[in-house]
Amino acid sequence: MELLETVFVRNNLVVAFAVVGVTIWISYFFADKLTQGRIHGSAIAIALGLLAAYFGGVATGGTRGVADVALLSGIGLMGGGMLRDFAIVATAFGVQFSELRKAGLAGGISIFAGVIVSFVVGAAIAVMFGYTDPAEITTIGAGAVTYIVGPVTGEAIGASNEVITLSVAAGLVKSILVMIGTPLVARYIGLDNPQSAMVFGGLMGTTSGVAAGLAATDPKLVPYGAMTATFYTGVGCLLGPSILYFLVSGLFPA
Amino acid sequence: MIVYGVALLSACLILGMLIGEALGVALGVEANVGGVGIAMLFLVFTSNSDKFKALTEGTSGAGIQFWSAMYIPIVVAMAARQNVAAAVDGGLLALLAGVAAVVVSFALVPVISKIGKNDAPPRINDQGAV
Repeated sequence: MELLETVFVRNNLVVAFAVVGVTIWISYFFADKLTQGRIHGSAIAIALGLLAAYFGGVATGGTRGVADVALLSGIGLMGGGMLRDFAIVATAFGVQFSELRKAGLAGGISIFAGVIVSFVVGAAIAVMFGYTDPAEITTIGAGAVTYIVGPVTGEAIGASNEVITLSVAAGLVKSILVMIGTPLVARYIGLDNPQSAMVFGGLMGTTSGVAAGLAATDPKLVPYGAMTATFYTGVGCLLGPSILYFLVSGLFPA
Repeated sequence: MIVYGVALLSACLILGMLIGEALGVALGVEANVGGVGIAMLFLVFTSNSDKFKALTEGTSGAGIQFWSAMYIPIVVAMAARQNVAAAVDGGLLALLAGVAAVVVSFALVPVISKIGKNDAPPRINDQGAV
């Protein structure tokens, strides 16, 4: 057992490649045999990943899902920000410049619309739950933007740790729901071409959610959605502690 | 050489990230503003340009295509390291805020996609697919 652990931990990234490979093989097998290809294999693999993350988090009490299990620590590196961004950029290889230009305006609008809409919805729900302090309402609204914008905003305007944690949870729910929900609703929202993918990325904004949601829908759309999504968190961090906080303070004077 | 493509990809990402960080500092924001998106623009630009052919064609291109193909496995690993337990523990408020934000945003996708289509004149000779 100690021998196994030594080898696994020492070669953690290689272990991750093997584990993810087997997971994907199983997922594609089930997608093919059980659903006749109606559900994309990668959608099943992502769902399995999230399920494993839940049990990993419950078992270890950590914050990095299955990556907190020592034997699977390589998953943390493989699925971490560095390799994720590296692979996302690689998907842009072969994309035509003209496709990007066509959706430029709608893509830009969607980023601001996405941040504001998610914020308003999150803030409204905070009010419904009886929050009256403008800093708390703003932080929860910012959490509905993404789980990065929530704490950045909350810390900037001095919200309590409790509310900041809540905002992170709201952002996580959003991100996970985008991962799972996108392939299910893609057909109904016209998500089948580069332009709508750029709008989708700008509206959703959660890079992880968009990255996984589009991968499970149609990998060809990934570069377009990812392109706009990566501006979203920055715009959110810009608007959250400034304009949006001022507006909330005006509406709900402390 | 495969490594030429990989190096080009790396250079694009690092350059994009540097610009994204600088934009964040300039805007007074504690975040990288669009670094990955800017890096993608660099890669689109270089892969469409004749000057960089030596870095994007043949085996060099295979170095970029490998990472592009590793995208889905990396996303599966990313899903497996999310803090799902915290999302589940967030309670009803977090759940409702997250779900409502997603539902409304989903509903806006066709609306805003339409704005773009009305503004752009229809083009016929753009590489086939619409």
